[in-house]
Amino acid sequence: MSMCERKPLVALLGALALVSVLSACHSAPTRSGQPLGLGTPIDAAQLAAWDIDIDADGRGLPPGSGTVAAGQRIYETRCIACHGAGGQNGIADRLAGGQGSLATKTPVRTVGSFWPYATTLFDYVRRAMPFDSPQSLAPDEVYAVSAYVLHINGLLPADGRLDAASLPRIVMPNRDGFKVDDRPDVVGTRCMKDCAPGS
Amino acid sequence: MPPYLPPPGLDAGADLIADKNAKPPGRRRFLQGGAALAGGAAAATLAGPARAAGEALPVPAWTRSQGRPVANPYGQPSGFEGRVIRRVREGAQPPFPTAASSLTPLADIFGTITPNGLVFERHHAGIPDIDPEQHRLVIHGLVERPLSFSLNDLLRFPAVSRVHFLECAGNSGSEWRPARKLTVQSLHGLLSCCEWTGVSLGTLLQEVGVAPEAKWLLAEGADAAAMTRSVPLDKALDDALIVYAQNGEMLRPEQGYPLRLLLPGWEGNISVKWLRRLKLGTAPWQSRQETSKYTDLLPDGTSRQFSFVLDVKSVITGPSGGQTLKSRGRQQITGLAWSGHGRIRRVDVSIDGGRNWEEAVLQTPVLDRALTRFSLPWLWDGGPAVLQSRAVDSHGNVQPTRSQLIAARGTESAYHYNGIQSWQVLPSGEVHNVHV
Repeated sequence: MSMCERKPLVALLGALALVSVLSACHSAPTRSGQPLGLGTPIDAAQLAAWDIDIDADGRGLPPGSGTVAAGQRIYETRCIACHGAGGQNGIADRLAGGQGSLATKTPVRTVGSFWPYATTLFDYVRRAMPFDSPQSLAPDEVYAVSAYVLHINGLLPADGRLDAASLPRIVMPNRDGFKVDDRPDVVGTRCMKDCAPGS
Repeated sequence: MPPYLPPPGLDAGADLIADKNAKPPGRRRFLQGGAALAGGAAAATLAGPARAAGEALPVPAWTRSQGRPVANPYGQPSGFEGRVIRRVREGAQPPFPTAASSLTPLADIFGTITPNGLVFERHHAGIPDIDPEQHRLVIHGLVERPLSFSLNDLLRFPAVSRVHFLECAGNSGSEWRPARKLTVQSLHGLLSCCEWTGVSLGTLLQEVGVAPEAKWLLAEGADAAAMTRSVPLDKALDDALIVYAQNGEMLRPEQGYPLRLLLPGWEGNISVKWLRRLKLGTAPWQSRQETSKYTDLLPDGTSRQFSFVLDVKSVITGPSGGQTLKSRGRQQITGLAWSGHGRIRRVDVSIDGGRNWEEAVLQTPVLDRALTRFSLPWLWDGGPAVLQSRAVDSHGNVQPTRSQLIAARGTESAYHYNGIQSWQVLPSGEVHNVHV
């Protein structure tokens, strides 16, 4: 136990003792590796509403499931105004199409052509969509919308269903299209006189 | 056109001492010309003072009566400075005003610190109005002691203040495309520099105790995007700050009030605003903001990911796009340079489109991963000129040309543009963005 006690204990000590604890903490430089004893312990139940991230392996996916058909119904009421029919031609990001275009002069980046993980789709829809009412969809609805978006990209059949087991198994077409930063790929030169002009 | 009167001892045709503060003294010279500038003949064309000779200075009204009283609750710029504001990019009409950006007016600010009201904005779901009493920062996941910190808790940790630039990875992104005649604000204004105050993230991680298997952490905002980015633990332990203040006052709401992450030298997006949660894990989460966005698509169809560091870069802010030089003769070329790798070591300036270069003067102190102001006097002879700046950082990285960038990356990578900027000066004095 560090010399700086946790907050509940500090609270019990009263004002005078608090001063002495704080000064003890103050004298313990943080470099020493000693915690200062600030902050409040928090458990999983308290954190549940915030702890909504899904990792690339699907850890964090909630119970529930959703079908392509149910997702289409949700999409056509909650998503279509911005993303357009079938995930195209909306004012917001295009969601479908573009597969095979990435190496061309007019690449089209969509969920189907570009996103490496299907888990990202669930995570993003759950935390940030619909734009006018984020975090309003129930898990079944998020599974359903995710299923529909994968369907319009040819990645799930019309009678498809998604749940915590099947979603991470979807193999996205651009899964291996990313490489970790390998710069410097461009090296400038410092010529001062009579250089080749350019920009 | 107001004529130009050379100061005593200065001769437009000679090598001139431009800056008495430059080191070593006397080494600085004016960059000259555009077209050929020949001694006496050129000096003769640069004639006359800016103020009409013989005009007596009046005693104006503001010297003859009392000004406004004290106790203006929060000071504002002079009413004459109303044009110095953030703007969305010229011609841009963001379909979602809460998922948009505004740009810093780089041509109209001075020194190296960006005033808080002019720091660029990029939001994905608007600016939340967060009650600091209710806000919490939770650190959990692969830690020994998951903890929740109130703002008051964080204010009790040792405070750290550091000056760092902040640049959006998408800054200057329109330069991947054919040149548009935009201002430096529109082209490069997703760039600011502040003194940031907060707690070292390493201190907080010590407080929770990092598990040995932890390698990454997820940073999450409390805005309506609940934006997330994965951060390598090494960076978090190295120099990351949990920031609550900028330039001496609490963060502005649009900068993450009451808490934001700040990762010095890294693309702005990862310095998550309105920070509410840090979760430690073993691998990156592959969030939308690090897969669908902020990845660099290359000509072969592959994409570079986790390209965090912002490379060495500079831009001349004056003269710059949209400005008009009012007279020939002495001009002050000035601009900003920065590098996510370290300090700026030198900045070179060319007035002939990159054929010949002269080293500019750097304002001191030059700080690590902070904006650095450079300047160089220039005698403009009224002919056409193309102004460029080229920065070199403390790791020896040299800012590349646009052509070099495009040769390596094509034109579709969207982010991390750091090519040399070219400003064309026309005989009319008008200044435009060009690619030469």
